[in-house]
Amino acid sequence: MIRTRALTKDFAVGRDASRTVHAVRGIDLDVAPGELVAVLGPNGAGKTTTLRMLTTLIRPTAGTATVAGHDVVAEPDAVRHRIGYVGQGNGAGHSQRVVDELASQGRIYGLDRRTARRRADELLDSLELSAHRTRKVSDLSGGQRRRLDVAMGLVHTPSLLFLDEPSTGLDPHNRANLWEHVLRMRDDALATTGEPMTIVLTTHYLDEADTMAERVVVVDHGQVIADDTAENLKADLAGDRVVVTVPPSAAHDAAARLTEVARRVEGFREVTRTPAPRDGVGHDAATVTLDVRAERGDAYLPRLLRAADAAGAAVETAQVHRPTLDDVFLALTGRSLREAGTGATDDSDTPASERTAA
Amino acid sequence: MSTVDTTTAPVPTRTTPARAPRRGLGSLARDTGIVLVRELRPVTHDPFSVMFGLVQPLVFLALFGPLLVGSLGGTTTGQEVLGGNVWQWFVPSILVMTTLFGTSTTGANLLFELQTGAHERLLVAPLSRSSLLVGRALKEMVPIVAQSVVVVLVMLPFGFELHVAGALLGLALLAVFGVGIGSLSYALALAVRKQDWMFWVVQQTLVFPLMILSGMLLPLETGPRWMQVASDVNPLRYLVDAERALFAGDLTASAVGWGWVAAAVTAVVGLAVGIRSMARSAD
Repeated sequence: MIRTRALTKDFAVGRDASRTVHAVRGIDLDVAPGELVAVLGPNGAGKTTTLRMLTTLIRPTAGTATVAGHDVVAEPDAVRHRIGYVGQGNGAGHSQRVVDELASQGRIYGLDRRTARRRADELLDSLELSAHRTRKVSDLSGGQRRRLDVAMGLVHTPSLLFLDEPSTGLDPHNRANLWEHVLRMRDDALATTGEPMTIVLTTHYLDEADTMAERVVVVDHGQVIADDTAENLKADLAGDRVVVTVPPSAAHDAAARLTEVARRVEGFREVTRTPAPRDGVGHDAATVTLDVRAERGDAYLPRLLRAADAAGAAVETAQVHRPTLDDVFLALTGRSLREAGTGATDDSDTPASERTAA
Repeated sequence: MSTVDTTTAPVPTRTTPARAPRRGLGSLARDTGIVLVRELRPVTHDPFSVMFGLVQPLVFLALFGPLLVGSLGGTTTGQEVLGGNVWQWFVPSILVMTTLFGTSTTGANLLFELQTGAHERLLVAPLSRSSLLVGRALKEMVPIVAQSVVVVLVMLPFGFELHVAGALLGLALLAVFGVGIGSLSYALALAVRKQDWMFWVVQQTLVFPLMILSGMLLPLETGPRWMQVASDVNPLRYLVDAERALFAGDLTASAVGWGWVAAAVTAVVGLAVGIRSMARSAD
């Protein structure tokens, strides 16, 4: 359905040709019919630029892309006929009426006037917008507008749908509602045409990529740095985290002993100790935390506890954390996805607290 | 990127609801029609919106017109330059002014669609780039004609004489000119889309000198020589002169011919610049 080879986009900054931004640096991507792929990465990673090349909005600087059987540069019109697109903004004109805008889209894709109206009503019905049929787009709520965007992307029942950050700016309820509709429309398409709809979305919501996508493509600095199912990425790249604490009274020696024990238990990968050993006086009074990265944390923890007992090392609390895609990104780049890109870091959003929350 | 679709899809991977083979001018006309109908919908649903564009011209008619009558109406210069009936001189000005204000600001609508994502949505759809501009520009004719008819009707009780044939030709001339200015306004919106405040700066900076140097508000005959020279290169002046001749019922005046030349040149240049800008509007 999609095949790109060394897809590249450079943007000139200002008039000086020497200052070029390499937004996308040679992406090879293959998407088979029926896949639901999330392209995940921080702001500025090149997700949207890639999508804009695949949807014929901008021309690649180099490389090739075939979308729905046609080359994006040589046959943009053929590509446009076959793809649905929901951009970051609202696709409907604000001064237009809801049903008119949908019918206009239908006309653009070659439906006659009556069929376009019927298709518009059909979509409004299935996206629960019928009550707002003749309202102006500017009078719709954010969630309603987003559903209208999806309807506009699906007017011509495309076999390939692009969603560029579809749920950005929506509250959790509306996000869930939007996804419910998208997935149902995908099922409907399969039922009526007998062919699965391919969906490619970009997102910087970790949980969205994690729960919705069947495949996650991680992009950073304009390159694909990982490409697999969310499960495999998490198992292969991040591993589970087992966090144990040592009581303050026993802290210093016990922590050192427990670290040694942890290293010998099957499934161990690496351990971080906070506070770090030998970082000055006074920490004897504090709880020491060991953060162990392990395969199958649920199996590792009982083994660790038995070994700790046998060695006489005291353990106060123990928890297992399943990894998130943020851990995957951290393992791949050494940066947290939330801090990467914009460079803006929220102080309260420490790595520890965000991983526990997931 | 070609502006006219000459490719047809040889191997559809799947049957979409309808995909007629579309090529060349037929496709351009069809796409333009779709864009035109889409642009006209808000106007037809809310016809009164067209009348907002009349506020400024009507203010000029109501507040500037009487001053013009008072200061020039009785004088000999006034008799020579304006003719016997000041309204006959001033109402065509107001029609050109309405057209100029309405069409030169229309790019703001596109600017808004550029910001919301509605324009992007149309760029992803299989529409020729030219049609996105031509359809919008043609739509400008509708408010121009509607507003002009209202202005003329309002002025009839005040002694404005209507010469029907001339008036109809005058409206057609305004419509052609409006397509040109509208296209330029869209081109401006596309050019400044990353600094949208620039739109109003440029529009205001251009519109007022053009307006004053067209002899629209006050006769240029009483102004200094340099202003008269400057007005010679202002297409708006030829349009104003032509409208005055047409609304006076003088269909064969040479001013009318020059007016058509000015309107046609404006339309051709506007469409060319506009289509070019539209084709590059995705980057």
